[in-house]
Amino acid sequence: MRECDLVVIGGGPAGMAAALKAYEEGIKDILILERAETLGGILEQCIHTGFGLHYFGEELSGPEYADRFIEEIYKTDIDIRVDTMVLNVSADNVVTACNNFDGLLQIKAKAVVLAMGCRERPRGALSIAGCRASGIMTAGTAQKYVNLDGYMPGHEVVILGSGDIGLIMARRMTLEGAKVKAVCELMPYSGGLTRNIVQCLEDFGIPLRLSCTVVKTHGKDRLEGVTVANVDKNLKPILGTEEYIPCDTLMLSVGLIPENELSKNSGIDLDPVTNGPVVDEYRETVRKGVFACGNVLQVHDLVDYVTEESQIAGEGAAKFIKGEKEYGGYISTKGENGVRYIVPQRINKATDKDVKLYFRVGKVFRNVKLVVKCGDEIISSKKKNKMTPGEMEYVPIKLETIKALPENGVITVTIEEA
Amino acid sequence: MTKRDLICVSCPIGCAITVELDDNNEVISVTGNTCPRGDKYARQECTHPERMLTSTVKVEGAKLPVVPVKSASPIPKEMLFDCMEEINKVSLTAPVRIGDKVIENILGTGVDIVATNNAL
Repeated sequence: MRECDLVVIGGGPAGMAAALKAYEEGIKDILILERAETLGGILEQCIHTGFGLHYFGEELSGPEYADRFIEEIYKTDIDIRVDTMVLNVSADNVVTACNNFDGLLQIKAKAVVLAMGCRERPRGALSIAGCRASGIMTAGTAQKYVNLDGYMPGHEVVILGSGDIGLIMARRMTLEGAKVKAVCELMPYSGGLTRNIVQCLEDFGIPLRLSCTVVKTHGKDRLEGVTVANVDKNLKPILGTEEYIPCDTLMLSVGLIPENELSKNSGIDLDPVTNGPVVDEYRETVRKGVFACGNVLQVHDLVDYVTEESQIAGEGAAKFIKGEKEYGGYISTKGENGVRYIVPQRINKATDKDVKLYFRVGKVFRNVKLVVKCGDEIISSKKKNKMTPGEMEYVPIKLETIKALPENGVITVTIEEA
Repeated sequence: MTKRDLICVSCPIGCAITVELDDNNEVISVTGNTCPRGDKYARQECTHPERMLTSTVKVEGAKLPVVPVKSASPIPKEMLFDCMEEINKVSLTAPVRIGDKVIENILGTGVDIVATNNAL
């Protein structure tokens, strides 16, 4: 069986950044396993700009951002297998994969980084009434058709869900000559970044209908239209508000699901809120030597944060391989009062660095205080003008604060009135 | 004097910016931005709004039938559709590399359209 210091599962932005960081930290025997034909992950089809402002200080398109890392990887002797599907990660870190070139691959790894990303919630998760007409697809599928295959999937479009990919596709379809009739959002607020509402919808006069959903699709072979309806505060359609909108395409941008089948089968604990693994401050899962980063861990809105998180995981994996990762008791983290989750879910008492706690809120908050506590002791308190579910937030915790906390302590991030 | 509330689109943070304008539509003050890009965006948006344009162009002889492109810098907002028409006229032949000029000075804007991925 082949042996390897570090196996990275997934060659998107997370996997590439983790591999490069581990390499930089002295781990030279690294193998990246990628399911697609090329490295780069979803960035390859995200041709709009806005990537890299934090990390590179410039505004890049997705493929350009990915290329920076691909070029770096080609300069190293990191081994890459594309077109390769990972089937299993065993409890003793044997990674089983297959491809047309090697057949079956089994690799015994000292450490594994899970960087499989996420996938879109499909139509089946929504229970919309109607036939299986063609023309109903996720926004990401439409994005692949238009941006990679050069193929226009329709002319008259309704988009359900105001996630960023849906908003980006509203603009993309409009620029290519399609008519986007409406973006319907079930919630009373948008799930996407504010900038995307402005530059993808408002710029083109595309209506955003909040508290509105698609209740029925019409058409037998090809989609002919959808019925939309407003929803009440329990998100149930209100009788009598139905409206028929003719269209040949319905795009869904209704959420992303971390792809954790491998993690689950491997017996790695998942957080029920993030649907990603429970990790410590180095993004090590509950299985020693297995790390997770990027959208498989928590769905991000900025790739720059994916890079940052993946470098932490890569550094952690390198420390683990070199036997330098210290283990003490754990402090756990918890969100309250509208803070839906915290990543990392736990912090090693023996850690050697400051930690940023990443989280999302469950609804829009204005003029509130973001408070971090341990028991009754307030660790930090910061005024926030606005927090929305579409935007990931973080709060820093200093190393000396961590050291001063009791073992088995709980750090709580909460929202209070200002 | 008038006030205009804007959301900065320079980066994904999306700062809420308030611009004060005098009666001649000249900018008096910009507040709410957290970086110099926001100040620049707000002034631009109130006088000559501009946007980045991204699309794809046809390419022959590469693995994929299209290659992504962008405007090297923002172009006047009202010219987006005219520029799209120009972009859709272009057909390239592989190899195309990141940064290759696809259209020089599109419609006299002074802005080039450049490739944003390799097509080999």
